[in-house]
Amino acid sequence: METYDIVIVGGGPAGLAAAIAAKKAGIDRLLILERDSELGGILNQCIHSGFGLHTFGEELTGPEYADRYIRQVRELNIPCQLQTMVLDISPERVLTVTGREHGLQQIAARAIILAMGCRERPRGALNIPGYRPAGIYSAGTAQRLVNMEGYLPGKEIVILGSGDIGLIMARRMSLEGAHVKVVAEVLPYSGGLKRNIAQCLDDFGIPLKLSHTVIDIDGKERVRGITLAEVDENRRPIPGPEEYIPCDTLLLSVGLLPENELSSSAGVTLDSVTGGPVVTESLLTSVPGVFACGNVLHVHDLVDFVSEEASRAGSNAAAYLQGGEKAEDASVCLVGKKGVRYTVPQLLDVHQMPEQLTVRFRVGQSYRDASLCVWFNDTCFRRIRKRIMAPGEMEQFTLRRADLPADLHTITFTVEEDAK
Amino acid sequence: MYDVIVIGAGAVGCSIARELSRYQLRLCVLDKNEDVCEGTSKANSAIVHAGFDALPGSKKARFNVLGSQMMEELSHQLDFAYRRNGALVLCFDEADRPKLQELYDRGVTNGVEGLRILEKEALHAMEPAVTQEAVAALYAPTSGIVCPFGMTIAMAENACENGAEFRLNTEVQSLRRAGDHFVVTTAAGDLETRAVINAAGVYGDILHNQICEKQVHIVPRKGEYCLLDRKDGHLVDHTVFQLPGKLGKGILVTPTVHGNLLMGPTAADQDAREGTNTTAAGLAESISKARCSVPDLPLRDVITSFAGLRAHLVDGEDDFVMQQSAPGYFEAIGIESPGLTAAPAIGVYMAQLAAESLHLSKKENFKAQRKGIVNPQELSFPERQELVRQNPAYGNIICRCEQISEGEILDAIHRPLGARSLDGVKRRVRAGSGRCQGGFCGPRVMELLSRELKEPMTDLTKSGGASRLVVGLTKEEL
Amino acid sequence: MTTRTLTCIGCPLGCTLNVALEEGRVVSVSGNTCKKGDDYAHKECVAPARTVTGTVRISGGSLPVCSVKTAQEVPKDKIFEVAAALAEIRASAPVSIGDVLAENVAGTGVSVVATRHVAEKTA
Repeated sequence: METYDIVIVGGGPAGLAAAIAAKKAGIDRLLILERDSELGGILNQCIHSGFGLHTFGEELTGPEYADRYIRQVRELNIPCQLQTMVLDISPERVLTVTGREHGLQQIAARAIILAMGCRERPRGALNIPGYRPAGIYSAGTAQRLVNMEGYLPGKEIVILGSGDIGLIMARRMSLEGAHVKVVAEVLPYSGGLKRNIAQCLDDFGIPLKLSHTVIDIDGKERVRGITLAEVDENRRPIPGPEEYIPCDTLLLSVGLLPENELSSSAGVTLDSVTGGPVVTESLLTSVPGVFACGNVLHVHDLVDFVSEEASRAGSNAAAYLQGGEKAEDASVCLVGKKGVRYTVPQLLDVHQMPEQLTVRFRVGQSYRDASLCVWFNDTCFRRIRKRIMAPGEMEQFTLRRADLPADLHTITFTVEEDAK
Repeated sequence: MYDVIVIGAGAVGCSIARELSRYQLRLCVLDKNEDVCEGTSKANSAIVHAGFDALPGSKKARFNVLGSQMMEELSHQLDFAYRRNGALVLCFDEADRPKLQELYDRGVTNGVEGLRILEKEALHAMEPAVTQEAVAALYAPTSGIVCPFGMTIAMAENACENGAEFRLNTEVQSLRRAGDHFVVTTAAGDLETRAVINAAGVYGDILHNQICEKQVHIVPRKGEYCLLDRKDGHLVDHTVFQLPGKLGKGILVTPTVHGNLLMGPTAADQDAREGTNTTAAGLAESISKARCSVPDLPLRDVITSFAGLRAHLVDGEDDFVMQQSAPGYFEAIGIESPGLTAAPAIGVYMAQLAAESLHLSKKENFKAQRKGIVNPQELSFPERQELVRQNPAYGNIICRCEQISEGEILDAIHRPLGARSLDGVKRRVRAGSGRCQGGFCGPRVMELLSRELKEPMTDLTKSGGASRLVVGLTKEEL
Repeated sequence: MTTRTLTCIGCPLGCTLNVALEEGRVVSVSGNTCKKGDDYAHKECVAPARTVTGTVRISGGSLPVCSVKTAQEVPKDKIFEVAAALAEIRASAPVSIGDVLAENVAGTGVSVVATRHVAEKTA
């Protein structure tokens, strides 16, 4: 069996950045496994601009952003196997992989970096009643068909869900000759970035209906129309006026789920809120030598943060191998409470942590003029006033090692609504 | 001139065709859909019932038990997925015990083997996820689960290999007698045949009424289901039924042969014969009643929901109708539950009926065996490695959730009566039936269909007819 | 004096901008957290412009289309004309990132450049 120092599962933005960092940290025997026929992952179909502002100081399109990393991977001679699917990862870090070119093989790795990304929540998960005709696509599937394969999924479009992919696809479909009738969102706010509502919907006169959902799909063979209804605060349709909208296509942008089937097979402990692995400050999962980064860890808003996180995973994995594969003593728990849904990382080894550590998290609802509080054990360490916090925008806080008390066992993040 | 035309390529029609193909005859199977197994046979509980449900003496009882007895051997002969997982009928109320006993007695009378009544403790030892509310259960070890597509397609392929001609996308517009034969009118022209076998499911009455004086009426009875992710398939091992009682007609919770968890069906009569839409009320009923049996169902793992229509014959004796109803006109109608289970036995019976009437003689070269599509996941690592070495397409994974390879999909397309659509591929090899429901593999399977069938992507459908997947190239409307 | 409320598209933060206008001229901008917001507000109220991204059909490539963008922003009211013009552009593989596939698209004076590589189709 071939043995590598580090095997990186996934050649998207996370995998590329992790591989580059690991190589630069001095690891030579590494391998990227990518299921598609080219590196870059989902970026290849994200042809709109808006990537890279943090990393490169300019706005790039998805493929351009990916290309910056792919070129580095080439220059550094990092080996990759394309069109190669990982079928299984064992807790002993043996990967079963398959592909046309190399056949079915088993590969052993001293360390593994999980960078599989996420997938879209399908219609079934919403249990929308009605028929099951052609013309129902998740927004990302439609994005691939339109942007990479040049096919138009439909002409009269309704989009359910106002996540960023849904918003971006509203504009893309409009620019490719389709008519987007409405974007409906079951929540009272959009999960997408505000600027995408402005430049993808407002620019094109596409209405956004908040607190609305699709309650019926009509059309036995191809979608003929959908029924839209308003929902109450518990997302239940309110009986009363319903709107039938004729259309031939329903696009769904109703959430992304970290893709962790392989992590589970490796025995990695998952966080039930993020859907991704529980990790320490070095992005190490519960399985020795297995690291995770990018959207497989938790769904990010910005690829720049994915790249940054993945670089850390790469250099940490290198350090782990170079430091004798020592287990961590992650004795401090990070938890989100009272409005903070989760934190990444979830565990901290104070002795391993760098001088500064960025903790990322999301809030569970929209807040206006509230405070974000960071607690060291039972003591409020910091209270930060926030004008606006929303579930669609990831928050972050930088912990400084110098600030941490000696008896620290729990760091808690909460939202405190200010007294009016 | 055909000897026999079978109308309807569902489980019953394909079973009849397979059994008839043992004889020397010109045999044709017609179906209005673009694939076999597109109606009732594709959307049901996928249960091989033990046979304790139907009234003793009924055809339902007889053919249920016969079908159940045939299933194991047939699944080996035709290479489809079947597992005898056993069933439990839960009794929630001490007052209902007589009903449980009645079911047991009925089963014994029907010839069902191995029935036992389990007390609460034994029940929970056998199936820990079942509700504590259950006070007892009927245990039927011979009950099983089957892949309904796998079974129907296998029978169709085998019939095809043995000379049966399948005309799909061929709806019967009218059926009439013309002297000593019949004329079947379709959009593609008239077909003549000495005998007709009506296996048209929810359309069975329409054909019947064109030939027979005594008119019948079939009411489509809708059943709605929810399907859970494969990671939940282990939640129960047996098929868990509910004793009809204060909950009304029960809902089942069962693993499927592919490891998913299925719950349903509801039962609601309707007029629409194509009305396979789910409803908010139906799905809610399926879920809430399923929870009465298995309280901790992880509902956030629902990956899809669907509805099927049972062909319920209103004005009959609440039984299957399987007979020669007029000279040369045979019918298997009103085949509602346990129709899937009974299908193999119905096929044998109907084929014999027709063969005797037409004085058909058996072929010498009938091929009883059919080899299914190789599933690499069932092979050992070295075997699978060797398969990929010989044919690298088996190394190329197309459907990530179910880990289905290009090799399997190509086989599904190119074998007799091969897949022509996305759903055709899905029913044969499960590409797209996993947790992302084709989001990842859909466009990839389309590319393979387009390449192999030499059809442009814009002509490909989800399931034939007007179900085109893309409406054109980008920019055409600019 | 009139006021307009805009969402800044300068970065993912999406600041809400309050713009005061007098006779079509911007007199004040508030709500922005950086200079980009101020610039955007001025431009959006006077001469709104966008970068258009899309695809161009490619012959002989490993993909049938290549992603592209306008090299600079184009007037917002020209977005659909640019999109229609992209439909007319034909290019052949190989295409490299940054290749100019058309100049002066829809009379805007702006070029259309490839944003990805498209290799030649292998048999």
